[in-house]
Amino acid sequence: METNAHFARKDILGLEDLSAEEILTVLDVARSFREVSEREVKKVPTLRGQTVINLFYEPSTRTRTSFELAAKRLSADVVNFTVSESSAVKGETLIDTARNIESMHSDIIVVRHPVSGAPQLLARAVKSSVINAGDGAHEHPSQGLLDLFTIKEHKGKFEGIKVLIVGDISHSRVARSDIYGMTKLGIEVTVCGPPTFIPVEIGKMGVRVTCDFDEALAETDVIMMLRIQKERQHGGLYPSVKEYARFFGLNRDRLSRAKSDVLIMHPGPVNRGVEISPEIADCTQSLILEQVSNGVAVRMALLYLLSRGAYGKAAH
Amino acid sequence: MSEIPVFKTTVMDSEGIRRALTRIAHEILERNKGCQDLALIGVRTRGVFLSRRLAAKIQEIEGFQVPLGIIDITLYRDDVGRSLPKSVMGTTDVPFPVTGRRIILVDDVLYTGRSIRAALDGLMDLGRPQNIQLAVLIDRGHRELPIRADYVGKNVPTSREEFVDVLLEETDGTDLVGIRDREE
Repeated sequence: METNAHFARKDILGLEDLSAEEILTVLDVARSFREVSEREVKKVPTLRGQTVINLFYEPSTRTRTSFELAAKRLSADVVNFTVSESSAVKGETLIDTARNIESMHSDIIVVRHPVSGAPQLLARAVKSSVINAGDGAHEHPSQGLLDLFTIKEHKGKFEGIKVLIVGDISHSRVARSDIYGMTKLGIEVTVCGPPTFIPVEIGKMGVRVTCDFDEALAETDVIMMLRIQKERQHGGLYPSVKEYARFFGLNRDRLSRAKSDVLIMHPGPVNRGVEISPEIADCTQSLILEQVSNGVAVRMALLYLLSRGAYGKAAH
Repeated sequence: MSEIPVFKTTVMDSEGIRRALTRIAHEILERNKGCQDLALIGVRTRGVFLSRRLAAKIQEIEGFQVPLGIIDITLYRDDVGRSLPKSVMGTTDVPFPVTGRRIILVDDVLYTGRSIRAALDGLMDLGRPQNIQLAVLIDRGHRELPIRADYVGKNVPTSREEFVDVLLEETDGTDLVGIRDREE
């Protein structure tokens, strides 16, 4: 039965803030948007006349392109601001930049920033809706949502599904968003990595912790491999890439000990031969490219659910 | 399943709906000289069930199953941004190329014409039909756009203060069309 449930949020800053019901709403709406990307004319007029700003203070190809495509398929106008070519290098603060952008009548600002919490700061300072596209080691909600969407498409449910997240949990905003979202929906999450990559208090997020990949592998339904974030390493957290690959890399030998229908996910970009071997990244159980396609649908859903336009803003 | 509202006037009962759809099926076949290149596309939600019923009737008459599709107009509405976005939406599902086909668009009530405008835009994004014809169960007047129906189950004069509800077995458990006053 059709309901008139509304999604009444100004910003999407993280999955920590969203209720299970809100997360499910986004996933339901995303499902409808996937059809649009499969059409010959991949465009609907829904956000015509609205302006989406991609404000990126960190390099990103996948996420920025995904948000850009999502906005364009909804007929919004998109402007990309990247740090190397904007005033940030000339010393302008985040909020000044955002206020300047807003003076050009933006409706939604998609922000990525190396500092955790920057999107929260921005959301308080501007009238535009803000979507966090990744802040420091804090959250990456659109990635968390697309991971949930992909799991739902394959498993049909969340309750009782076992997910194993492997790698640099400490530096991973994807892991944090995944854990918030998954635990809210009844997924059993285990995190795995060298002790130097596991935050001390991670257990408080409702996950199981292990340093033994092989032991954790046997039971799991989904393996989420994380990238070693070389740009966030300041040395000394693991002996060598080779040794990391030996203990925490996913290869054919290891996969043979997992369930036969185990699904393999990775938020990208993939370091082939480090956390995942090339033949595994390309195998039939790998959902890596499907995650990327689903990302566009999920981001379309977020932009749609936040869009209120001039009339909506006046009314609320 | 929702409760059946209290109507001040009943416009059509199940027999009335059945007869109107039978007539419309005949009119569609007469006007199009059979069902060559024909396809029915229902506007979500109730237009979908009406389109299925029409297809069944055409099958009875001509012995031919016309292709069926569904269009969801949420993304094409002209009031996006006037209120908070609907968080429930269906999917457009047209499993055949519309280009070159004669499309019968099916909806339950024709009122301002704005939903049909949205559905037409949605259809055009899927291809270039030979033509598009409109079939509705009820035409209640008060058009705000230059749109008219080719096939009408019943014309029902109404005031803007009234609601016309179409209840269908498939969603509401009963077949009934009624008018009620806008609730305060």
